[in-house]
Amino acid sequence: MTDRTLRTTPPPAPETTAADGGPAAAQPVLTLRGVRREFDTPRGRISAVAGVDLDVRPGSVVCLVGESGCGKTTTARIAAGLTAPSGGSVLFRGRDVAAMDKRERAGFRRSVQYIHQDPYASLNPVRTVWSTVTAGLRRHRMVGGRAEARGAAAELLERVDLTPAEDYLDKYPHQMSGGQRQRVAVARALAMNPQVVIADESTSMLDVSIRVSMLNTLGRLRDELGVGFLFITHDLAVARYFAWEGEVAVMYLGRVVEHGPTPRVVGDPRHPYTRALVSAVCEPDPDLARGGERFRLRSADVPDLTDPPPGCDFHPRCPLHEAGDCDTVRPPLVRHRDRSLSCHVVTRG
Amino acid sequence: MTDHSTTPEDTGALLSVSGVDIGYRTGRRTETTIVRDVSLDLYPGQSLALVGESGCGKTTLGLGLLRLLPRTGRISAGRILFRRKDGRRVDVRTLGKEELRRFRWNEAAMVFQGAMNAFNPVLRIEDHFTDTFRAHESGRGRRPRARILERSAELLEMLHLDPARVLRAHPHELSGGMRQRALIALALALEPQLLILDEPTTALDVLTQRAIVERLAELRERLGFSMVFITHDLGLAAELSDRVATMYAGRLIETGTTRDIFHRPRHPYTSALINSVPSVSGGRTLPESLPGGPPSLAALPPGCSFAPRCAHALDRCSRTRPEPELLQERDRGMSHAAACLRSTDTALFAEGATRD
Repeated sequence: MTDRTLRTTPPPAPETTAADGGPAAAQPVLTLRGVRREFDTPRGRISAVAGVDLDVRPGSVVCLVGESGCGKTTTARIAAGLTAPSGGSVLFRGRDVAAMDKRERAGFRRSVQYIHQDPYASLNPVRTVWSTVTAGLRRHRMVGGRAEARGAAAELLERVDLTPAEDYLDKYPHQMSGGQRQRVAVARALAMNPQVVIADESTSMLDVSIRVSMLNTLGRLRDELGVGFLFITHDLAVARYFAWEGEVAVMYLGRVVEHGPTPRVVGDPRHPYTRALVSAVCEPDPDLARGGERFRLRSADVPDLTDPPPGCDFHPRCPLHEAGDCDTVRPPLVRHRDRSLSCHVVTRG
Repeated sequence: MTDHSTTPEDTGALLSVSGVDIGYRTGRRTETTIVRDVSLDLYPGQSLALVGESGCGKTTLGLGLLRLLPRTGRISAGRILFRRKDGRRVDVRTLGKEELRRFRWNEAAMVFQGAMNAFNPVLRIEDHFTDTFRAHESGRGRRPRARILERSAELLEMLHLDPARVLRAHPHELSGGMRQRALIALALALEPQLLILDEPTTALDVLTQRAIVERLAELRERLGFSMVFITHDLGLAAELSDRVATMYAGRLIETGTTRDIFHRPRHPYTSALINSVPSVSGGRTLPESLPGGPPSLAALPPGCSFAPRCAHALDRCSRTRPEPELLQERDRGMSHAAACLRSTDTALFAEGATRD
């Protein structure tokens, strides 16, 4: 019942670090199984997500990495129940979200919270901070009167390091900086006491100096409250920092192409696409930045989604591609040593 | 040092900024100074990164250099000397309307932040090129449309774009990275000597950023223009600049070669900025957060503007504003200077020095 789709790939190993008895050993709270999503566009049907399997466990991080247009955000929205999958299923604590009744579904929505990328667009400009932060609590009748709501808001603001909270309660979004707004968005997500937070590029619009303190705040929620994170980013340096003890899944054109423990995937990337992503990061050191040889793609631009290439989706840009397999057969995502990998050339070796 | 009555000696610099203040009108009689006493020299072919957090005056300074400030802004002091292609030096501050039009794009061009909004959405890319050539080329030198399109195609090709597709496209038909590259091609249309780029890679993903970094490096090699780029991304600065100037609360607080700045920073703000960037390689040195935010420019604290956030501030830091101190003298504007009372306190910066 959990898997109604035809998949050419076996479900990737959720056992990543289970043997270590680390946090990954816990039962997943949110699971994606063979999730697919197609969109119809004037130029034809595109497959934004083409069979993704992920497990998010309490207190641990799954980082979804890839370029714009690779399906990260669609995957995140499906995981949060904001977009319905065309195929496959989303399981919350083992229950298929599609099969939930209204009450269960409301519980799922409260427990899985989404933080959007742009703190300038995601907050209602005519609402004060306390009103925004407690909207969910009031909607679900989880607080009594106004005084109780303000008290709850103050507590939440302190948890995201907006202190003293009294200074922020009655502010409007335009009176705050980008970093402060993003903290308000986090506080709003926390109000529902979520078990999973889905953060979509939540730090990419922030200044470097603020980005790290934001990541530290999110990290505290992960460690102290045991919140599981599905963290979307295009920046492997951020993934490496935030998901060090978790996993990284690299997406390309709607599919996961490499998935494994963060230190392995970022420290020793094997898929040529991951290698290109790691090597593209601008390092804050002029010697590193100019010294090393770079792993270059054959083309900077993503292929047309309405007309994807035959064989491996990545082969037209891949510096390692070999005629024969790469341009005719799509490589399945298979277990390769310490990770899952979908590449003919690398898994052959 | 701030005597502007005589033209200073010609040192061969392309751009020579001295004592520039820029303010915005904030009320009927009030003006807030955003940029304070900025002096810097840029030599032909150099690439300077202007780094700092949002709200420190980087963009205002960039706009000021081309006199592109909004109506409420004005350059209230200082001099911006620019060596034109014909060898004459002009003070950008004194240019009249017509001279300014010929100065922009021919001598110096700007790539604005947010490639999404910089193009007119109802015009094709080719129209942006033809408009630019028509507006900024003088009467005699004006080329016919066919020549304009030929030149535009050449420029787009240098940025690895397919001219046949891009020229006929409307901005919304291009991806963010393609738009940004088209914008850089447009800025280079009239072969300016100076290109100013405001956050050229912010909001683009890493592979696109990488493509832009590589194209800019190639183009600079090939066309030899000088570059000032404004960024809060220290990684980008490490990659693309010869020199870095750190800006805080409207002032340049540290300037030096890119190696000076990254390996031997002598201002705590510069080193805090560098330490806040997560790295993808090497040991797992954790980035450190830099608490708080920059001060309001309308109400600067006394003494050093950074003192309230500085982990190393002493009592005297909040009383005395430090003047830039020359730490290492070099020619062609490559000297290392920092405005910190403790910039020569070697114990304080020992940690930064071991980063290389």
